[in-house]
Amino acid sequence: MSGIYLDYCAGTYVDPRVKKAMDKYFTEEFANPNSFHGMGLEANKAVVKSREKMAKILGAKSTELVFTGCGTESCNMAIKGVAFEYRKTNSKGGHIITSNIEHHAILDACRWLEGQGFELTILKSDKYGLIKAEQVKKAIRKDTILVTIMYANNEIGTVNPVREIGKVCRERKVTFHTDACQAGLLELNVEKLKVDLMTLNASKIYGPKGIGLLYVRTGVKLTPLFHGGGQEYGLRSGTLNVPGIVGFAKALELIYKEGGKEAKRLTKLRDYLITDVLKNVPRSYLNGHSTKRLPKNANFTILDIEGESLLLRLNEEGIFCSTGSACTSAQLEPSHVILAIGISKQAAHGTIRFTLGKSTTKKDIDKLLKLLPKTVEDLRKISPVRLKSPWR
Amino acid sequence: MLIIMTSKCDECPVKSKCSKKNPDLKKENKEWFYSKEVKQHFFKPKNLLVEEPKDFSGVGEVGSPACGDVMKLWIWVEKDRIKKCKWQTFGCASAIASTSMLSVMVTENGGMKLEDALKLRAKDILDRLGGLPVIKIHCSVLGDQALRAAIKDYKSNKKP
Repeated sequence: MSGIYLDYCAGTYVDPRVKKAMDKYFTEEFANPNSFHGMGLEANKAVVKSREKMAKILGAKSTELVFTGCGTESCNMAIKGVAFEYRKTNSKGGHIITSNIEHHAILDACRWLEGQGFELTILKSDKYGLIKAEQVKKAIRKDTILVTIMYANNEIGTVNPVREIGKVCRERKVTFHTDACQAGLLELNVEKLKVDLMTLNASKIYGPKGIGLLYVRTGVKLTPLFHGGGQEYGLRSGTLNVPGIVGFAKALELIYKEGGKEAKRLTKLRDYLITDVLKNVPRSYLNGHSTKRLPKNANFTILDIEGESLLLRLNEEGIFCSTGSACTSAQLEPSHVILAIGISKQAAHGTIRFTLGKSTTKKDIDKLLKLLPKTVEDLRKISPVRLKSPWR
Repeated sequence: MLIIMTSKCDECPVKSKCSKKNPDLKKENKEWFYSKEVKQHFFKPKNLLVEEPKDFSGVGEVGSPACGDVMKLWIWVEKDRIKKCKWQTFGCASAIASTSMLSVMVTENGGMKLEDALKLRAKDILDRLGGLPVIKIHCSVLGDQALRAAIKDYKSNKKP
């Protein structure tokens, strides 16, 4: 399908070099790495090499990396792992701190644990979607067992001060997890970030879908979610996804080498897009922080129109993006992140997200910028709604 | 997935659903998010309000921006028939298509009698649209509510 893909926060293509690295593990070196024979040993070597490569980039030990099936699984493993471990020696209590801008993988897991008897504090973000280290510090109690705060938000792109939060948690000796699925272009060294648990997802960094990672600092004990063959130090049983692991390692290696330059390029394109939209689409507003944001993310509230209709009209012109509108969610609720930053329910239906990637060119952005104002104008002609502002 | 092992297409019990025999069916069902009718009415809506409405008989507005759907409908009535209908909608593709289809239904064939228009239900709009995903059915429900509100407004404005 041809067109202009501007939904890179949802998923990326697999870099051809990643695909090449993975190829032989589908057909030639396909054995189960746990098998006790020569072919199993070869497959295992690939896993060991990949793990070592990733550990080096992340500033971690090989024994601290656990491969999972996706980002959601890593998040659940981290949060529930800490919680269930605590339950082994404490029949009740246990306090967890998170924020209102987290991905559902975090929020829903935390809420479920609340139903299981844990206490939950959901920190409120400011109007940019930022959580401050000071908020975390104030919320930590004697019985706090986990802090989980997102590194970079997938919807509005805001980047949280993970290092500062990590410092606070280190001082107070509280386990700190961060969902870093969208943070591929940012600092990922676990020592610098002072994280105890970190989630990564290959499908957001030009790796394959179906493979995630959880960094688990030595000394952090987790109760595993899966029982089975005991793979991944007993933390995640299941046949290892060898091609996925090899691909993930290659993807991380590439983004580590090329990410700095790419971040600069994308930031420039992103700011060009943002400036133009705010100028040429009347009554449009940027969601998220203007500078503390992912190089690739541009999310807007556009008054008086609904996101799905904008999405489909752009789709018809070959532009693929996403929306925080209720109409495209399974629950018919607008994005909780958009609501968290103070956008009214009325205006929340009119949000649109463009996320850029390696193949995005200025020509692509120019095509979007040419189409967007007219498309919005056409939908405004259809709409009887005239809101005064995007805020609650 | 049902696999029919017959080489005689004419004898096949599901030939009407076969995309091999009906290439349009394949496109229709898989290449877009909604039906062909919804797509048509979404991209080329009928009876959209383009200028300030004058001398209309009644107007009805339902929904709220907070819910993500607002429909406003103006009707012009002559001899108890809806002769003209204009509308505006804030909402998704289903909502826009539903209002557009509704406006066609009430004005076609010389215009619907008011007593028939009052009997119109969401299911009638749904059927004409070729169906909507279950989660979107509420969009078509608003359409008939807006129509009833407009007729109610007309009746309250009418000189006794």
